[in-house]
Amino acid sequence: MPGLKQAGNRVYEWLEDRLGLGKPILDAAEHEVPASTASWWYVFGSAATVLLIMQVVTGILLGLVYSPSAGQAWSSLEFLDHSVRLGWFLRALHGWGSDFMIAIVLIHLAQVFLFGAYKFPRELTWIVGVFLLLLTLGMAFTGQVLRFDQDAYWGLGIGASIMSRVPIVGGSLVDMMLGGPIIAGPTLTRFFALHVFIIPGALLSLVGVHLWMVLRLGINEWPMPGRLVNKSTYTSEYRKLTKETGIAFVPDAAWKDAIFAAAIMLAVMACAFYFGPFGPTGQPDPTIIQTAPKPDFAFLWIFAVLAYLPPSLETPVLFIAPVLIVGAMLLLPLVSGEGEKHWSRRPVAVLMVAVIAVTLGIFTHLGTYTPWSPVMDAWTADPIPAAYLHDRTPLERQGALVLQNKQCRNCHSIGGTGGLRGPALDGIASRMTEDQIIRQVLQGGGNMPAYGNALSPAETTALVRFLTSLRSENQPAAFDASRNLVTNEPQPAAPTGTH
Amino acid sequence: MNENESNSVDEKSAPNPASDEASRAKEATHSRRAFLFKLSLLANGAVGAVLAVPIFGYLLGPGLKKKQSDLSWIGIGAMSEFPEGETRLTTFRNPVTTAWDGQTGDVSCWVRRISGTQFQVFAVNCAHLGCPVRWFAESKLFLCPCHGGAYYEDGGRASGPPERGLFEYEHRIVGDMLQISAGKMPTLAAKASSGGTLTQIAGTNAPQESTGLQSNQDTAKPRCGSCQG
Repeated sequence: MPGLKQAGNRVYEWLEDRLGLGKPILDAAEHEVPASTASWWYVFGSAATVLLIMQVVTGILLGLVYSPSAGQAWSSLEFLDHSVRLGWFLRALHGWGSDFMIAIVLIHLAQVFLFGAYKFPRELTWIVGVFLLLLTLGMAFTGQVLRFDQDAYWGLGIGASIMSRVPIVGGSLVDMMLGGPIIAGPTLTRFFALHVFIIPGALLSLVGVHLWMVLRLGINEWPMPGRLVNKSTYTSEYRKLTKETGIAFVPDAAWKDAIFAAAIMLAVMACAFYFGPFGPTGQPDPTIIQTAPKPDFAFLWIFAVLAYLPPSLETPVLFIAPVLIVGAMLLLPLVSGEGEKHWSRRPVAVLMVAVIAVTLGIFTHLGTYTPWSPVMDAWTADPIPAAYLHDRTPLERQGALVLQNKQCRNCHSIGGTGGLRGPALDGIASRMTEDQIIRQVLQGGGNMPAYGNALSPAETTALVRFLTSLRSENQPAAFDASRNLVTNEPQPAAPTGTH
Repeated sequence: MNENESNSVDEKSAPNPASDEASRAKEATHSRRAFLFKLSLLANGAVGAVLAVPIFGYLLGPGLKKKQSDLSWIGIGAMSEFPEGETRLTTFRNPVTTAWDGQTGDVSCWVRRISGTQFQVFAVNCAHLGCPVRWFAESKLFLCPCHGGAYYEDGGRASGPPERGLFEYEHRIVGDMLQISAGKMPTLAAKASSGGTLTQIAGTNAPQESTGLQSNQDTAKPRCGSCQG
C-alpha cells in the first residue's frame, strides 16, 4: 500500500499547488482553542450547521419533483408521498429537519446568551446570529407555504391580514406579498423564490460570515465567575489562555461536535421514519371552508398570542413588539459588551431565559389545542350527560334540547365535552342566579354574543330552566345577596333561585 | 515573479535620475489609472441606477397597481337560488386569475337574502385574520375556527378578536341575477365594499346602464391577470 499512499500524496500536492486551499483549511481545523471549550455545551452551533446542510441537500432532492404551481403543488406532494420511491421519507427528513433546526438554533441562542458569548469582541457574531435566527424562521414559514395545503392557504391569508394592518402602505404590502389580488399562482411562486433562492442564499452567506468570525476571534472561553470582560485587556487574556491551555480544535474538541451532530441526524431520521412527513392536509381549495387552519409548530405561540390580544391592542402589538424584540436582541451586545459572563452572576439573564422559555412553551401548548376556538361540531356530536337529564321536568329537558340545538356546546362544555371558549356549564347554577343567566343569554357580554334574536321567549325560558338545574347536590344555588338586604328577608338556607 | 522584478528595478534605480523620471511617469500613470477607476465606478453606479428602475418596477409592480382595477361585477347566481330569510354559501371564479391558479382561483361568499330584493353578501374571510367563517343558522352566528371571532347574521361583530364586522361585497341585481363587485382578497386595507350597502337594481329599471355593463362585465368569465391591458 505505500505505493498507493504515495500516489495519493502526489495527487493532493498537484491539486494543492494549483488550489492552495488545503493548507488554510487544515490550519483552520487544527487551530488552538481553550481546553475548557471542548464541552458538550459547545456542540449546538455545529449541529445547526450540519442540519442546514441536510436541509439544503434534501431540499434540492425534493426540488427534483415538486411543482411550484398553485394548481399542481398539492398533487405533486401527494405524488411525492405515494408514487415516488422514498419520496415520503425525503419529505419527512426535510420537515423534521426544519423542526430540529429551529430547536437547535434556539438552544444555541440560549447557550451563547447564558455563557456571555455575545460580549466583546464577539458582538457582531451575535448580531449576525440574530439575523440567522430570523432567516431560519423565515425558511420555516415559507416552507410551510410551499406545502401548499389548506393550512398553507389560510396561513397566507393570516399573513396578508396582518400585513394589511400596516398603516398607509398596508394594501400595497398585501398586493406585493400575494403577487396579485388574491392568494393564487403568483403567490406560490413568490414564496418558492423566497424559500429556494433568496433566504437560503442569505442564510448560507451569513453562516459563512458567522463561522469566519468564530475562527477569527476564537471560540468563547468557558466563563468563570468574577473574570470580567474588559475591552482593553480581553484579547491578550484570551491569547494567553489559548496559549496555556490550547488544544487543537480538530480532533481534540471537534469529536464531541461530530458525535452530537451524528446523534441529531439519527434523531431526525428516526422521527422521519416513525412519524413520516407533515401533511399535506386538505387541498388548497378556498371553497372548502370546513377547516380549522393552524400554523406549524414553530408559530403556534404567535397563533395563540393573536387569540388573546384585546382587539384594540392587536395592531400596535403586532408591529411594535417585533421591532422592540429584534431591536433589543441586536443592541444587546453593544449595550452590554463588557463585564461578567458567568450565568451565576447574571440573575436577570437567567430569569429572562427562563421566563421567555416558559412563556413560549405555554403559548405553544395552548396553540396545540386552541381553547379559544369554537368546536364546530360539538352541538351535533357531543352528548349531554344522562345524569343532567334525570329527574328533570319536561321544561328542563326541553331546555337541554335548546342548549344543544342553538349550538351553545360549540363554545361551552358540559360533562367535559364541547368548546372551551366560554366557561363550562356544569355547576353554572351555583355561580349565576336565574336573572343573571337570562341577562347573559339574551344580551351577551364578556366574550359571549347576544342570543336575544336567536331565541324565542319559550326557548329562553326552557334553556334557563335547564341551566338553573345544573349544579351538584352539595353546591348551593347562587343567590343575589343584595336582594335579601333590600327586601329585609332572612337569608335563605338554600335559595331556590326563583324570585 | 512580477514583484521580484519590480523590486529589483526599484533597488537599482533608486539613486539613478533616469529611473527617477520613470517612477514619476509611473506615478502619473497610476494617478491617471486611479482616476479612470473612479470614473468607471461612477459609470457603473449610473448604469446600476438605470437598471434599478425596471428591477424595482417589476418587484413593486403588484403593490403599485390601482386599487379599483381588480374589482368587477360578477354574477353569483339567480335570485331564486337564495331562499328568503336564509344565508347560503356560494362560490365564484375570481375575475382575475392565471392559467395555473387551479382551485385557488375560486372564491366563496355568504349570501343572505333578507327578503325580496334585499341581500347582504359577506366575504368568508374573518375580519380578524382572514380565516373562513362558518354560518350557524340555529344560533344565527358566523363563527371563525381560528381564534373564535363571532358575527351576527347581519355581519356585525358579536364577540372575539375581530375589531369590526364581516367584509361585505357591493351587490346589485341585474334581471334575475345577483351580482357582486369582487376580485380582491378582502382585508382591513382592502375592504370589499367601501361605503354603506346598497341594493342596486339594474336591468328593467335602467336599461342603458345594464346593456353597457352586460356587454363586458357581468359574466363571470375568468380573465387573464398576467396579460397586458
